[in-house]
Amino acid sequence: MKRLETSRINEFFDVIAAQQRLYMPLENNGSVNFGVYSQGDKYDPSALHTVKSAKDVFFPQCEAMASFVTEGKKFSVTPVAPTDENFVVFGVRACDVRGFELLDKVFLTDPVDNYYAARRSHGTIVSLVCNNPEETCFCSTFGIDAAAPAGDVIGVWTEDYLYLEAATQKGEELLALTGSLLTDGGDEEVLRRKEQTREIIKKLPLASLTTEGWGAGTLDEKFNRPEWDELSSACIACGTCTFVCPTCQCYDVRDYKAGDKVSRYRCWDSCMYSDFTMMAHGTNRPTQKQRFRQRFMHKLVYFPDNNDGEFSCVGCGRCVAKCPISMNIVKVIKAMGGKNNE
Amino acid sequence: MQEIEKTLRSRCAELIETGVCDRVLAWDGGEFFYDNTPAVFASAEAARNIRYDCFCGANLSKYLIEKATEGKTCVLLKPCDTYSFNQLLTEHRINRDNIYVIGVGCDGMVDIDKVRAKGIKGITNVQESGEELVISTVYGEQRCAKADCLLEKCVSCKGKKHFAYDELIPEQDGQESEKNGRFDMVERLEAMSPQERFAFWQEELSKCIRCNACRNACPACSCRKCIFDNPASGVAAKANSDTFEEKMFHIIRAFHVAGRCTDCGECSRVCPQNIPLHLLNRKFIKEINQFYGEYQAGEEPDQRGPLVNFTTDDADPTAVSDKEG
Amino acid sequence: MSEEHICTCHANDYKDVLLPQTAVVTDIRTDTPDVKTFRVVSPDGGICFDHMPGQCAMLTIPGVGEAMFSITSSPTNTQYKEFSIKRCGMLTEALHAMEPGQEIGIRGPYGKPFPVDTEFKGKNLLFIAGGIGIAPLRSVINYVRANRDDYGHVDVLYGSRSADDLVDYQEMQQEWMQEKDFNVYLTIDREQQGWDGHVGFVPAYLKELAFKPDCTAIICGPPIMIKFVLAALVEMGFSKTQIYTTLELKMKCGVGKCGRCNIGSKYVCKDGPVFRCDEIDELPNEY
Repeated sequence: MKRLETSRINEFFDVIAAQQRLYMPLENNGSVNFGVYSQGDKYDPSALHTVKSAKDVFFPQCEAMASFVTEGKKFSVTPVAPTDENFVVFGVRACDVRGFELLDKVFLTDPVDNYYAARRSHGTIVSLVCNNPEETCFCSTFGIDAAAPAGDVIGVWTEDYLYLEAATQKGEELLALTGSLLTDGGDEEVLRRKEQTREIIKKLPLASLTTEGWGAGTLDEKFNRPEWDELSSACIACGTCTFVCPTCQCYDVRDYKAGDKVSRYRCWDSCMYSDFTMMAHGTNRPTQKQRFRQRFMHKLVYFPDNNDGEFSCVGCGRCVAKCPISMNIVKVIKAMGGKNNE
Repeated sequence: MQEIEKTLRSRCAELIETGVCDRVLAWDGGEFFYDNTPAVFASAEAARNIRYDCFCGANLSKYLIEKATEGKTCVLLKPCDTYSFNQLLTEHRINRDNIYVIGVGCDGMVDIDKVRAKGIKGITNVQESGEELVISTVYGEQRCAKADCLLEKCVSCKGKKHFAYDELIPEQDGQESEKNGRFDMVERLEAMSPQERFAFWQEELSKCIRCNACRNACPACSCRKCIFDNPASGVAAKANSDTFEEKMFHIIRAFHVAGRCTDCGECSRVCPQNIPLHLLNRKFIKEINQFYGEYQAGEEPDQRGPLVNFTTDDADPTAVSDKEG
Repeated sequence: MSEEHICTCHANDYKDVLLPQTAVVTDIRTDTPDVKTFRVVSPDGGICFDHMPGQCAMLTIPGVGEAMFSITSSPTNTQYKEFSIKRCGMLTEALHAMEPGQEIGIRGPYGKPFPVDTEFKGKNLLFIAGGIGIAPLRSVINYVRANRDDYGHVDVLYGSRSADDLVDYQEMQQEWMQEKDFNVYLTIDREQQGWDGHVGFVPAYLKELAFKPDCTAIICGPPIMIKFVLAALVEMGFSKTQIYTTLELKMKCGVGKCGRCNIGSKYVCKDGPVFRCDEIDELPNEY
């Protein structure tokens, strides 16, 4: 176990940032999101969740893939190559790290998404044990231990020290890079803090939410449950839930035209949007109920079907906190038989 | 508030039981105490679960476009929501004959994020106690002034008077307020240099994730198909592909609702990134007031707004372009 | 995170499954008032990639966008690929406005093909198509013709709105109708001057022709036609395991990742577009 005096945290960041791009939760006018650290930026350890999840470090909301040039009848493609630069992402919580693992199941299966794969292989993740989980947290529903996040370096933040332990080769390299700032010790303190976190998690209102019993019956029965009408009734069809979600991975591919030059880019898309499945001759999901159902069936039925039963939700609670009309996956799980074992 | 909730429940149940209304559009309880959801209650029994407390910020009027097409729909409207209701009537988006309005009293709605911003975590309950909020958390009990935790739209409340209703609960209506401090921030922005102002909006709008929550929640944004969703428009985009796109979306939206925006504040309430979008609309309202005289959209149905009406006294259009800021 | 620096020094060597390659449209044939068939080759000549009947490819018109089209030429054609495309949206509008020699982008092939080398082998085949639905089936039909000994008797039932809307009419007359053990039945929706063939909708004609359920049926056409043809076939004694069709939903990536073409757990771009009808019954009714 290594430790860093929290008073020296910016020195730690500066050493890393001198070598690699460093992403971390940063405040901008009252909203905390992952952004690129520059010298002097302040890290606020009390910020549990960023508004957007950490996913856009690996899967940016918008990225250029190629530029096209047309000249008369000629057409040429200049691809944008995937990144070949190492970077570090600091301060990722256990739920978001699991989110990466779920995105891996989509983007790293054949045919591999090269843009995502390059970022994954060049990125070093410093995860942090949650100190103050919130009432919207329900990561334990999906078997995630907020006190034992995955990652390359696992950190525990206390008032005096940031304790750091490498879990992978990449993690070892990062600790070697910052070695001059680190001292040994703190195993017991770390264990104590982790236990504290686990105790708090147990007390949270959604701690015992379980998917056990959710959506009993056949696929058709789940699909045709009458609850979908009521649950989707107030949905305003915005994309907030999908854009703040660590596991939503749907994207759009579009061209941006400026004269003879065209940029092909991809950007996040949302199954909640009416044009998501719109073709020249119509859409197979014309109602908001269908689009709403698609999102939750995907997370709770279709994704598990294709991925050894694993749900596509990490219980981060962002949709719970951010939905403009307060409709979310917790309500869906409960409305269809998921229990809160009190 | 608890007294109002009780009265509302039995009155709404009665309206359905007696056949006056087929359904009630109101708020349903959530997972926690603060996440009430707009919902349709179609039976008297269901209506006995209606929630009305300081977490009913959502403006229900826009839902009437879809939910009040058949029979009679009862809707609960707070004073500020009635402006949107009238504006929707003016724009023929809803039919007054299909709707029964219960005007509900309001003491101001709480923004749970402002409670959280005070560093209060793991919240399990919030109760009103006079001017104070009593907050239970997994880490113990805390108190804070309710006035510090109001939704942005309630901070500059337009007043407690309803501008449309069939009945009121409680029966005694409130007063219009002086619209305290509504334009303070707009004036601060006006006092900035163009560079500072540009930087302010650049920074705020750079947070935009193009989730469209502001547009979809806005009662003035009731187009069947928005230009930004129409691929044939050439401006359809979901991406915040560059800072220009973000600004264009919000500026076009502000122009489009100018003169029709009632300043209901839903845009800022629903923004997941807390962008003060209502300031764009308030700037327009302030300008309209200045050039065409005091005007409040939605004060009564069938008003002719200054931007859709011509009088010989109208300001010369160059007055706008010549104006600084 | 827009300030991200992305290295472009190896850009020219870089190939990605999501990026198109350049292709040349060498010939454009007008089939019907709203269908044109585009012949596409690689800039060095020859086909851009191999495919199997039923598979699709993404075509790019720079600045307009990209869309998925079924490949109508047979894999046995090693000179070029063909796409029969109906004008119905912005991208197809732009394709129809093109002139020969125009370069476009192409990527593929995508999707699961018809099981021409497995389940179809040795079988009698009944093709039923409506309108532009002939496009993917033409690929199978010409593959079968090129490997004629591997298959039994072939029937093709093809219908369209009018005689002017029959796609590939010339090829059908001059080539298909000349094949041995190969019948082509054509029908149009309404009477028309100069047409002495059958008049009536495809499902009705199908029942009239009373095919025996000793063959594998392959359907493609508008959803309403597929629905009634499927019902007619079942009525005629066909089992759903004998019937194949193709489904079409909005697609963007072609590799099952962008998330929009799913029906339940299946992605049309990756697990389809070819489905056996008993497989479709297992999916939620949302296509």
